[in-house]
This record gives sequence, structure tokens and C-alpha cells, in this order.
Amino acid sequence: MAAETSPLAQFEIKRLVQMDVGGLDVSFTNASLFMVIAIVAVTLFLTWSMRSRAMVPGRMQSMAELSYEFIANMIKDNVGSEGRKYFPFIFTLFMFVLFCNLIGMIPYSFTVTSQIIVTFALAAVVFIGVTLIGIFKHGFKFLTFFVPSGVPFVLLIILVPIEVISYFVRPISLSVRLFANMLAGHTLLKVFGGFVVGLGLYLGWLPLGFIVVLTGLEFLVAFLQAYVFAILSCLYLNDALHLHH
Amino acid sequence: MELEAAKMIGAGLATIALAGVGVGIGNIFGSYVSGSLRNPAAAPKVFGNVLLGFALTEAVALFALVIAFLILFG
Repeated sequence: MAAETSPLAQFEIKRLVQMDVGGLDVSFTNASLFMVIAIVAVTLFLTWSMRSRAMVPGRMQSMAELSYEFIANMIKDNVGSEGRKYFPFIFTLFMFVLFCNLIGMIPYSFTVTSQIIVTFALAAVVFIGVTLIGIFKHGFKFLTFFVPSGVPFVLLIILVPIEVISYFVRPISLSVRLFANMLAGHTLLKVFGGFVVGLGLYLGWLPLGFIVVLTGLEFLVAFLQAYVFAILSCLYLNDALHLHH
Repeated sequence: MELEAAKMIGAGLATIALAGVGVGIGNIFGSYVSGSLRNPAAAPKVFGNVLLGFALTEAVALFALVIAFLILFG
């Protein structure tokens, strides 16, 4: 199969502006372009929709308020009142991932979240930040997080390494979940697109119908993965703030 | 055996994980339906958890996909 027609060709990173700082390749790529577009879109959406500040919100304003309240309630339910000061971080994370996913659904655009390095960087920020919050809040007591309470000593020898490993696997599972979902969905769409072309005028309608359904599913997944990313960050934050009770 | 053929077989074997994921997703939505028929008033409250469980289970299938890709192209 030629490189341009491969279903994975859409994830290729192209350098738009060549840049080189001290031997380090910091070129402005199509990934960077779509990250900038996502940031601009979020900013425009939130500022433009809130410009009227009406008591009775219009369509756009209630969308912005809905997304705000969605995350605010998520933090209140999962972290409690202590989590309120981390609201800007979780909200930014949610909106960025959501807009990157949704912009990726536009044909011929680029899905930033289908790059493992982008999602891993986001997950690493969450992981390191949450760990630091836990250490600063609890000091040495943070280590009791790895020791399940009410367990006989013999079992602890097995359980503590498992807890430590499962803690350090968190950024990997968090990033791979988002990355693999976007990668698999977009690859699937392209593969079915290939079926449409391959089967021709008479049989090609069948996979075309599948593509319509799959596109709907992908929109659901785009929202769902942003939601899962945000809620798991909330749960990790809750673990760090309250340890196990 | 040739390396290329072994890679193909390995990638195919990696998709066996889908069996477990199918059971898992069916379990989630089956439990949701039976639970919401018993207590329809509580159904909207747990739907968020259903979606979360669905996404977490689906991710397991995608881990298998990543492994298949790693075998094929890695």
C-alpha cells in the first residue's frame, strides 16, 4: 500500500515552519498548528459566548455555563470542597482535550490527541502535579498511600509492590487510553473509507452507512474520552488530597 | 517460521483480548438495563458511571490494539 493511501498516513507530522534552536528541532508542525487552533477556539468560545452576561442565558451562553457547571460538579462530587482551587486546571485540561478531539473530527484536519507524546505530556503533568500536591500536603504520611490498611503483614509484602506499580502505571494508562481511542477511531474511519472506494458504486453504500454510524460514535467517544480524562484526574487528585480512608 | 508470518500471527493473537472486553461491555450495559428496570428513578444518576465504565473497558480493547500495532510495526 502506498504511503499516502495508508490509513495511518493521517497521523503523520509535517513540518510547516522549520526551526532549529541549538540543534534542537522545534519546528512548527501541523500538530502545533492544531494545538494553537484548539486553544484559540476554546478562548473564543468562552469569551464570545459570555460577552452578553445575560441573566437569562442565550444558546451560546448556556453552553459555556453548562461546560463550567459540568466540571464544577464533577470536582465537587469527586474531590469535595478542597478541590475547588484546582478547578481551573481540570477545566483547562477538559476543554483542551475536548476541543482537540472535536477539531480532529473535521475532515482533513489533524487530531492532536492521536499523538502519544501529547497525551503522555498531559498525563505526566497530572501525575507529577498530583504527586507533589500529595507530598506537600501530607509529607512522609503520603507513603501510607501505598500501604492498604487492615491487611496482615504477610500480605503487605505482596500488596505494597503492587500498589507502587499500579501508582506509577497511572500516567501510562491515562495517556494510552486517550491516544489509543483517537488512533483506533480515526484509523477505523479511514479503513471503512477504503472499503467504500474498493467495493465501488453498487456495494459501496454498505460501508458508507457504517461510516455515518461510526462518525456518530466517534463524536461520542471524543466527548467521553475528554470526560474520562478529566474525571480520572479528579480521582487521582482526590487520592492525593485525602489518601485512602 | 519466517519473522513476517510470526508477526502476523502474533498480532492476530493480540486481538483475543476482545473476548474479555466484549463480555465486560455487555456486562456493564446489561447490568445497567436490568438495574434501571428495577428502579427507573435511579437510572439517570448511574448513567455517568455507565459511560465511565464503558470507556474504561473499551480502553482495554485499545491496549490490545496498541500491542497489535507494536508487534506489526514496532
